[in-house]
Amino acid sequence: MEEKSLLEVKDLTVKFFTDDGVVTAVDRVSFDIKRGETLGMVGESGCGKSVTSLAIMRLLPSPPARITSGKILFEGEDLLQKSEAEMRRIRGNRISMIFQEPMTSLNPVFTVGRQISEAIMLHQKLSGKEAVERAVEMLRLVGIPNPEKRYHEYPHQMSGGMRQRVMIAMALSCNPKLLIADEPTTALDVTIQAQILDLMNRLKDRVGMSVLLITHDLGVVAETARRVVVMYAGQVVEEASCEDLFENPLHPYTAGLLKSIPRLEGEKGRLNVIEGSVPNPLNLPPGCRFNPRCPEAADICRKKSPALLEMGNGRRVRCFSRGSPPEEV
Amino acid sequence: MNQQKNIIEVQGLVKWYPVKAGVFQKVAGYIKAVDGVSFSIKRGETLGLVGESGCGKTTSARCMLRLIEPTKGRIIFNGRDIMRLNREQLRKIRPRMQVIFQDPYSSLNPRLTVKEIIGEVLAFHGIARGKELEKRVKHLLEMVGLAPHHMRRFPHEFSGGQRQRIGIARALATNPDLVVCDEPVSALDVSIQSQILNLLEDLQARLGVSYLFIAHGLNVVKHISHRVGVMYLGKIIEVTESDEIYRNPLHPYTQALISAIPIPEPKVRRRKILLEEDVPSPLNPPEGCRFWTRCRHAVNICRREEPELVECAPGHKVACHLYGR
Ligand SMILES: Nc1ncnc2c1ncn2[C@@H]1O[C@H](COP(=O)(O)OP(=O)(O)OP(=O)(O)O)[C@@H](O)[C@H]1O
Ligand SMILES: Nc1ncnc2c1ncn2[C@@H]1O[C@H](COP(=O)(O)OP(=O)(O)O)[C@@H](O)[C@H]1O
Ligand code: SF4
Ligand code: SF4
Ligand SMILES: [Mg+2]
Ligand SMILES: [Mg+2]
Repeated sequence: MEEKSLLEVKDLTVKFFTDDGVVTAVDRVSFDIKRGETLGMVGESGCGKSVTSLAIMRLLPSPPARITSGKILFEGEDLLQKSEAEMRRIRGNRISMIFQEPMTSLNPVFTVGRQISEAIMLHQKLSGKEAVERAVEMLRLVGIPNPEKRYHEYPHQMSGGMRQRVMIAMALSCNPKLLIADEPTTALDVTIQAQILDLMNRLKDRVGMSVLLITHDLGVVAETARRVVVMYAGQVVEEASCEDLFENPLHPYTAGLLKSIPRLEGEKGRLNVIEGSVPNPLNLPPGCRFNPRCPEAADICRKKSPALLEMGNGRRVRCFSRGSPPEEV
Repeated sequence: MNQQKNIIEVQGLVKWYPVKAGVFQKVAGYIKAVDGVSFSIKRGETLGLVGESGCGKTTSARCMLRLIEPTKGRIIFNGRDIMRLNREQLRKIRPRMQVIFQDPYSSLNPRLTVKEIIGEVLAFHGIARGKELEKRVKHLLEMVGLAPHHMRRFPHEFSGGQRQRIGIARALATNPDLVVCDEPVSALDVSIQSQILNLLEDLQARLGVSYLFIAHGLNVVKHISHRVGVMYLGKIIEVTESDEIYRNPLHPYTQALISAIPIPEPKVRRRKILLEEDVPSPLNPPEGCRFWTRCRHAVNICRREEPELVECAPGHKVACHLYGR
C-alpha cells in the first residue's frame, strides 16, 4: 500500500554565493512527507536543515542564495515554478512555518490577537468579527488561559512558551496541510517543551496535517516523528523509520551520535565521542564528508563519495561499509 | 580528613533585585532571584544545579563568587567567610575560584590571541610572565586537547567546541580549587558536548578541582555530577546523589522535570507529567510552597506554609509537605 506524498523534495541543491566562496548548503537532498505524518530531520548546526525549510517556503535570501537544482512538489505542483504572488497565497495558508525564536517572527508593535486575525483575513473569506472570534478560538486551542484577555497583549508581555503557543496558533489558524517546525522547542525549558510537543501532536491528529519537524535533539525526534532523515554537511546520510533508526542505526555518524548522548539510566563513565567537528562548508574533505571523523573509514572513503543507497522499506544510507556504491561524477 | 572537607559552604543565600517604578523611581518591589539557598561542595566533588530558565542558578553561582553582591547569606570558602573580605583580600582569593561560561563565542575577546587570552589571567594574578608564561599557556592548551601552535590564533579561527576548550584552559590557568561551569555545553552540538563533558571529568580526576555545574538538561547534569540540586523560583527544592535523583525523585517538581525529558528510545513510552502554565513571576512568588500553583498534590497547608528543605533519607533532602516529619 503506497501512501500518497504531500511533499516531495527531489534533488534539491542550494548554494550561497559569498565573498569567501560558494557554499553548497544543501546538496542534492531528496525526501518526501506523507499525508498526516511527522517527518523528523536531525543533524548538527550548519548541516542545512534551516536552508532546506526556507527553500520549501521560498524564503531564502537571494542573493546570496540560489537554488541550483531540484524540484519541490507540494500536492503534485512544483513550488519552485510558482510566482511570488502564488507563493504568498500558499504561505501561512496551505504551508506554514514556526521558528525557533518566536520573537523574530512576531511583530512587536501589534497585539498577538491582531496578528492572528490578520493572518486569517488574508487567507480566508471571513469578516473582521469572525476573524477575531477564530483568533480567540485558536488561542484557546493552543492552551493559552484567558484567551479573550490575552488577545490584546503584545508579544513582549508574554513568556517564551506563551509566545511559541501564539506562533502555533497563528501557523494553524488557516488549517495548513503542512507545518514546518524549525527547532520549535529549542529555546524553551523542558517542561514547557513537553507542553508544546504534546500540543503539536494533538493538533496534528485533530486537523490531519503533516509536519516537518527539524531539531538537533534526538530525544524530541524519538518521541514525535514516524520517520527520520539524518543530515550531515548538506547531505542526507540516512533515512529510516524512527524505530529502526534508534534500534539499528546504519550510518557511523548516526550510531556515534546516539552513543554520545548522556542517558538518564545507565552507568556513569566516559561518554562515547565523535572526534573532531563538522567540516567547514568552504573546505569539505575529499571523499565521504564524514571520513575525518569516522571510526570505520577505509581508503576508498578518502577518495570517493558514497552514493545514497536505497535499501527498501524506506531505508536509505550513504556509506561504503553499508554497501553504498561510489557516486558518479 | 582533608578529602572530605567542604571547599565551599553557602548558607541562606539571598539576592533580591529592586524594581523601581513611577516618576520618583521608588522601589515598588523586589525580584526575588535567589531566596534562601544553602548548599556545600566537597573537594573534588561536582554539584549539579538544574532548573528552568530564571530560577536563579546563575545568580546563585555569581553571588557565591561575589561577582555580584548577595543581599544576605554566608559563604565559607576554604574555611574563610568571604562575605567579610575587603576588595584586596577578595582579589587574593579570586584565582582559587573560576568560571566557564555558556557562550563560547561572546566570552572570549575577539581581538586577542589565545596566548593573550590565557596569558592575561596568568599575568593579572602574577602567576607567570615572559618565557614562563608561554610555557604555561602551551601546557594548558595541551591539557585541554589543543595544540601549542594554537596559541597564536584568534578566537574566530576556532569551532565552538574548541573555543569552549580555550575557556576551560583560561579557567584552569590559576590552578583553582573551584570552577563554576555555567551551562558550558548548552550551546554546543551533541557530538561536541560529549567531548567537553569527558574533558571536564578527566581534568577533575587529574587536578582534584571541584565543580558547580549548571545546566538545563538533567541528563547532562546527572552524568557529570556527584550530587544534584534542583531549583525552582529561587529555592533549592531537592538535593541528593545524582543516581538517586533520577531513580527516586521525591519532589513533585523534580518528578515532572524528569518525566519531561525526551528520551531517545522510541519504543519506551513513559507517562509524562505535564505541568500547567508557566513558572510564576519571581517578583511575586506564591505564598507557602512556591510550587503549589502547578502542583498536582497541593493541599491546604501548601498554600500557607513554606516547606523547609529537610533530610528525609541519608543524603536526600527535599522541601515538600508530603514528606513531613
Ligand atoms: N541584574 C538583574 N536585575 C534584575 N533582575 C535580574 C538580574 N539578573 C537576574 N535577574 C532575575 O533573577 C532571576 C534569576 O535569574 P538567573 O539568571 O539567576 O536565572 P538562571 O536560573 O541562571 O536562568 P537561565 O537558565 O535562563 O540562565 C530571573 O527572574 C531574572 O530575570
Ligand atoms: N545567508 C547565508 N549566507 C551564507 N551562508 C549561509 C547563509 N545561511 C546559511 N548559510 C550556510 O548554509 C549552511 C546550512 O545552514 P543552515 O541550514 O542554517 O543549518 P542548520 O542545519 O543549522 O539549520 C551553513 O554552512 C551556513 O553557514
Ligand atoms: S563511507 Fe567510509 S568514512 Fe563515510 S561513513 Fe561510511 S565508513 Fe565512514
Ligand atoms: S509542598 Fe505541597 S504544593 Fe509544594 S510540592 Fe509539596 S505537595 Fe506540592
Ligand atoms: Mg537551523
Ligand atoms: Mg543562567
